[in-house]
Order: sequence, then structure tokens, then C-alpha cells
Amino acid sequence: MINAQDINEKTPWQDLTPGGEIYEAGTARAFNTGVWRTNTPVFHAQACKHCMLCVPFCPDSAIPVKDGKRLDFNYMHCKGCGICENVCPFPAITMVTGGVPHD
Amino acid sequence: MSKIYNLKREVEKPPRLTGGHRLCAGCGAGVVVSGVLRALNQEDRAVVVNATSCLEVSTFMYPYTAYMDSFIHSAFENSAATCSGVEAAYNALKRRGKVDGTVKFITFAGDGGTYDIGFQSLSGAMERGHDMVYVCYDNEAYMNTGIQRSSSTPLFARTTTTPVGSAGQGKKQNKKDLTEILVAHNIPYVAQTAPLGNFKDLHTKSHKAIYTEGPCFLNILSPCPRGWDYPMAQLAQITKLAVDTCVWPLYEVEEGIWRLSYIPKKKLPVEEFMRPQGRFRHMFQKGNEWMIEEVQKQVDQRWESLLEKTGA
Amino acid sequence: MIKQLSGNEAVAYALKQLNPDVMGAFPITPSTEIPEYFAQYVADGQVNTEFVTVESEHSSMSVCIAAQAAGARTVCATSSCGLALMYELLYVAASCRLPITLVCVNRALSGPININNDHSDSMGARDSGWIQIYAENNQEAYDNVIMAMPIGETPWVRLPVMTCMDGFITSHAVENMQLLDSDVVKRFVGEYKPENYLLKKENPLAVGPYDISAYYMEHKVLQAEAMKAAKARILEVAAEFERISGRSYGLLEEYRMEDAELALVLIGSTAGTAKAAVDRLREKGVKAGLVKIRVFRPFPGQELAKALAGTRAVAVMDKSEGFSANGGPLFSETCSALYDCKERPYLINIVYGLGGRDVTTGDIEKLFGRLANIAETGDIGSVYTHMGQRSREEIA
Repeated sequence: MINAQDINEKTPWQDLTPGGEIYEAGTARAFNTGVWRTNTPVFHAQACKHCMLCVPFCPDSAIPVKDGKRLDFNYMHCKGCGICENVCPFPAITMVTGGVPHD
Repeated sequence: MSKIYNLKREVEKPPRLTGGHRLCAGCGAGVVVSGVLRALNQEDRAVVVNATSCLEVSTFMYPYTAYMDSFIHSAFENSAATCSGVEAAYNALKRRGKVDGTVKFITFAGDGGTYDIGFQSLSGAMERGHDMVYVCYDNEAYMNTGIQRSSSTPLFARTTTTPVGSAGQGKKQNKKDLTEILVAHNIPYVAQTAPLGNFKDLHTKSHKAIYTEGPCFLNILSPCPRGWDYPMAQLAQITKLAVDTCVWPLYEVEEGIWRLSYIPKKKLPVEEFMRPQGRFRHMFQKGNEWMIEEVQKQVDQRWESLLEKTGA
Repeated sequence: MIKQLSGNEAVAYALKQLNPDVMGAFPITPSTEIPEYFAQYVADGQVNTEFVTVESEHSSMSVCIAAQAAGARTVCATSSCGLALMYELLYVAASCRLPITLVCVNRALSGPININNDHSDSMGARDSGWIQIYAENNQEAYDNVIMAMPIGETPWVRLPVMTCMDGFITSHAVENMQLLDSDVVKRFVGEYKPENYLLKKENPLAVGPYDISAYYMEHKVLQAEAMKAAKARILEVAAEFERISGRSYGLLEEYRMEDAELALVLIGSTAGTAKAAVDRLREKGVKAGLVKIRVFRPFPGQELAKALAGTRAVAVMDKSEGFSANGGPLFSETCSALYDCKERPYLINIVYGLGGRDVTTGDIEKLFGRLANIAETGDIGSVYTHMGQRSREEIA
């Protein structure tokens, strides 16, 4: 079975999957959309009440949650839309200019 | 259904739509899709179907699938038939002992793929009674091809095929009321929702649709920052205004019983929803007050009629 | 078992013996009887197929694509405009490499609307990536359906198969035919065991990506190679089928071609008429023969060139009008097949039988007369002509 990680734009036709099928879950996770960012959300853990309102509003599933705690952004996927900052009722998220998280 | 909605518990589930997809920053579709899929019981498998759309080309660009579940895309106009085919296979293979366990079937299509080109396929699948959920993420135009009007585009909205000029003032026709057309199919469950607040409305309706036997339909407002021309960070504000102006009422029809899900404490004038959006900008020019009045009149009429149907 | 069945009933009977997982069903003349017969099998509990009565042929093919991807063996039947409505999905089915079986009961395409036979429907779909197998008669229609799945489902082929028969002429005419025992059919076809499918528990499957230019070409090459590989597999399956049925099939059938100088190349039920004409001419000492193309996709180019090698003049008979102004689809395939031959016969193209226009042994004998004249004089006249239409010249 051919794995997505072995497929790239140099792969010969013999080694691609017929019909363009993929046999694994969530292979898009390996794709970096973080480089799209022009603005970046910064997480202030001390101000976060873990109300979780930001999580379902993230279009890129870039806010991980573990054991009832909202963790720091997954910057590989965050595109910097700023929706999270808008829905956060606390001063726990601020947007900074530029594509890098901490300036 | 018995479990009371708890956002904290729900977001603890691993997302079934992963990051790394190529939807625009701030796109409502990603929010809608992950919201619907979150309503699946964690232990259940699903097959996700897409119509050709922004969503499809962004979430399964070879070799990158953003779905944790099995996925199929076939064409633009046939996502309902496609979903019904997967369901038919499930029934056949289950009968023959070749598959087991609970598998749910969920289709996502945009308004173009639902209100317009996929309408026949949708109507057919609903009438045949397949055990599936059809989700329209309604962003009110053909966004994948660059913002062309659909039969879901609201009155007077500017799109690239309903431009504003000296002789044209945006779309001349009304938005089709697809949700009510689906109600007329006499299927077990039809609902209208939007990504809002703590997602209780979207979540409970999605869960109900997924776990009600038979064909169910969800129409979910899905703001498009590019097509609607508003700042992408304001997704939550825009949907809230759509709901509080009654432009996009939240309601459900379960086994023929109409229920209003939300009555705004203070019903806001439509212009509150329209002003932040570039697609309605021309309506705020001097001399075009009649356009806003016309929209307000229609929204009021539909709201009154909905109040009557729901007995609210 | 010898039975008297129409082509449609024979095909429906084959489908019953195959007991597919899912069938998409939508009526269109002349294929309607197939889902009708099958619906009765479902109602009588003789099959346990999920019978999906869709609202269009478009959805019929959509259901088959999705169900096949989900791990089911799927079938459907259609004709004419129904096949045309499926057009986009035919490409999807083939490019997703889903071995669906479709029975095409050939009928003219609109417009004007016409319900009778010609090959314009399936010929329009000839480049969609489907294997196409054409039947001459009811027996072949039945046999081809039974061979379809073992061909298409082969892992290195994985292509959908369209088995075609002539509308009314074959689909509605009742003939004596040999039916196989259901157990024999079931053993022959076996279980459908795709390596990956949507409902597989062990790993998910994603089907139908957006393919950027960095991958699309490679995927098309994979698909083209599969179609090339199908040729050998079709012959392999035919050999296996001969063992259970005693009936032998190739990519094409040569009839009295051993020493033939004048020959026809054609497809479908006309072969029956033409064989009778060839026999009559042979009695008169004319060295006539014919080649019936059974498999049109993959096209047996080399085999056809070999079959025509010793001939002096050949008429290619197209039962569809391609409007290329340069001849029909079978003609262009035959031309390119012969191009590399050292000694090529004179070649003409006859477009005939459109929308159910009859063709008789007399017409065929006349055509051989024209070929004899061409062979003798070397004067081809018009390369591409129609046959069977009324015209001023004929009446005068």
C-alpha cells in the first residue's frame, strides 16, 4: 500500500496511487498552512479561563485541547484569521502583525 | 440525545476535519464542517461526501486529505446521490455480513451544489429515504469559481455575475427558501443553523440529524469573507447579526413539527447585518434607501410566517 | 439449459445469477426491461441486492460510483440519452478506477428523439475510459455480462465495463440460448474483494481528490496502462469462460477471413445479417469475409491489422455518425490500425443503420459488389458515404 508521505511532485507514475486514492486518515496534517499567516494570534495562558469558545470557531482545527485545557496554537496550521481573538471574552488572545508567533 | 450539551466535553474529541486544508483564512466552511463532524459519537465511523466546491478542492488536494474518516468526492451536482450510493452499499454489505459497526453518512455541499445544480439529486435522495445527512454550507454564491450568483444569493447582493453599475444594482431575484422546500419532502428532520456562540445550536441539530434514522437536511449559514467582503476575523459577529436581524432564523422541523430555536431579544434592523458587508455596499448609497426597505419588508414577512408555523 | 429469451431478459437473468450488491435503476427505452425484470427478482426474494430506484441516469451512475467505492459490486443499465446524461460520471467512474458493470442497450441519440438502434450512444462514450464489449446476439449479451466483472475487477485493470447490445434487434428479439447454472456463474465470477474501500474498518479511504498538474498526468498514464493491460485479461477471462461454457470469444471475430479478398469490419447484430450475405457470396465464389469487432475499448488494432492483412478491399461499417466529415469512429480506428501495414487494402467507410434504419443481406451483397469493383479498378470513389437513406440519385 502506498503511503501519502511517499508521494510528492517527483514521484514517478508507477509509484502513485490509482485514481488518486489515499488510504490513510488526515494526511493534510503534514501540510504547512502556517506560512500563509500575515497576522498571528498569541496565546496568553495566564489569562485563559479555558471556556473553549475559541476552539469550535477555528476554521483550521489549530487550537488543541487536552484534559480540559486549551493548549497553545498549532502554528503549522493556523492561518492567522483572527476569529479566535474576536470570540475570546478574556484578554487571552492577541493578534500581532506578521507571520511569526512571538515578536 | 439524552446527554446535555457541554462544549468542554465536545472540544476534547479529536477533530475529524484536520488542519492543513487549503480553505481561505477565516472561511466559514471549515468551522461548519468541523462543527458538524464533532457531533458524531466518537466511537462511530463515518463516510464523508463532498460536492465539488471550495471545500472539496481544499480538503482533499492529492495526496492530502483533511478528513479522519473515509471520504468520497465524485462531481458537483451529485453529492446526494453519491451519499445514497455509499449508504446503499452499507446496507447491502451489512446484510451479507461483510461490514459491521455503526457508520454514518454525511454530505457537505455548497449552496451552488445544493440549491442549483445538485437540487435534483438532493430531492431524489431525500425522497428515497436513505439514512443520511445532507449539509448545505450556505455561503450564498458560487465562491469556488469566484463569487457568482446562485439561487441562494440574497436580493440585491453584488456578485461577479450580478455586478453593480449604472443599469444594475446587484441580484434582482430573491433567495430561494430551500429549507422549506426540504420540509416539503416530509423527511424526519430539517433544520437551519449557523456557527454561533458556544455552538450548542449547530451541535445539537447536527447530532439530531446524524442520529435520526432516515434522510435529514441541515442548512448552515457559512459566511465567506471574500465573497461577502467583510473582515475575516468577524465570522462570529456576522452570523450573530444574521440571526438577530432574522435574516437567517434558527429553526427545526422534526417529524413535521416546526420549532423556532431562537427569538432575538431585540430584533435588529437588517441593515445591521448588511452594513459590514461589501456585497451590500451599494444599498447604502443615497437614493437606494428603498432597497433596504424592500429587504426589511421581506425579512419581516418571512419571519412572521415562520412565527406562525412554529406557533411561537 | 436452453431457453428462449429476449436480450434484455437474458441480461437480467445474468444479473440475477450474479446477485450484485447494488443496482442503480432508471427506465429508458429500450433498456427499461432490465431493471423491470430485476425488480421482480428483488420482489420475489431471488436476489438480495440493494435496488436503488433513482431519479435519473445521472444519479444511477452516481450511486454505482459511490457504492463501488464503498466496497460493493454494482450494476446498472441504460440507453441513449440516459448514457449521455451519465457522461461526466462515466469519466469519474473510470478515473476513480471503479469496476462498475453497465449494460448499454444501444439506441440512437437525440435529436430528433428516436428510440431505435444505432451505436451513437456508446460511441459517444468511447473515450471515457470504459472497457466496451459489444454483443452480436442474445447469447453474447448474456455471456458478456458474466465476463464483465472478472475483467474489470482484476487488480491491475480496475476499470468499469460497458457491455453493449443492439436495442430492439437484440434486446427485444427472443432467441434460443444456452444459460449457465447459477452455481457455475457464481464460482466463475467469485467474490468482489477490493484492497481498499470506503467501508473498510482497518483504514479509511479517500476517493476523488483535486489533482494538480503535478499529479494529473501521472494518474492518466496509470489509467491508460490499465486499459492496455485489459486486453490480455479479456482474453484470459474468455479462455476461462470457454471452459465453463464451451463458447469461445476473442477481441474480434473473423468470419471466413482465411482467404478473403473483400471484407467488412463491423460491430454488433449486423454481423448476423452480414454473415448470411458472406455465405451467399461464398457460394457464388466471391472471396468475401468479415471481421466483427467485439471489444472496442481497448481497441484490438494489431489483431485487426492481422485479420485484414491479406484483403484487397475493405468496407468499415459505422452504425453511428461521428460528424467528423471524415468518417465514423470505427473507420478512424481501422485506418490507424492499418497504417503500419506494408500492404494495405483499399478502405472505404459506410455509415449505416442510423435510428433503426434496416440493413438487409441485399444491402450487404451490394456493398461487396462495390468492394469487388474497387479491388478490380483501384478506384475508391467516395471514401466516406452513407447507406440506406433515400436519395434523389437512388430514386432516379
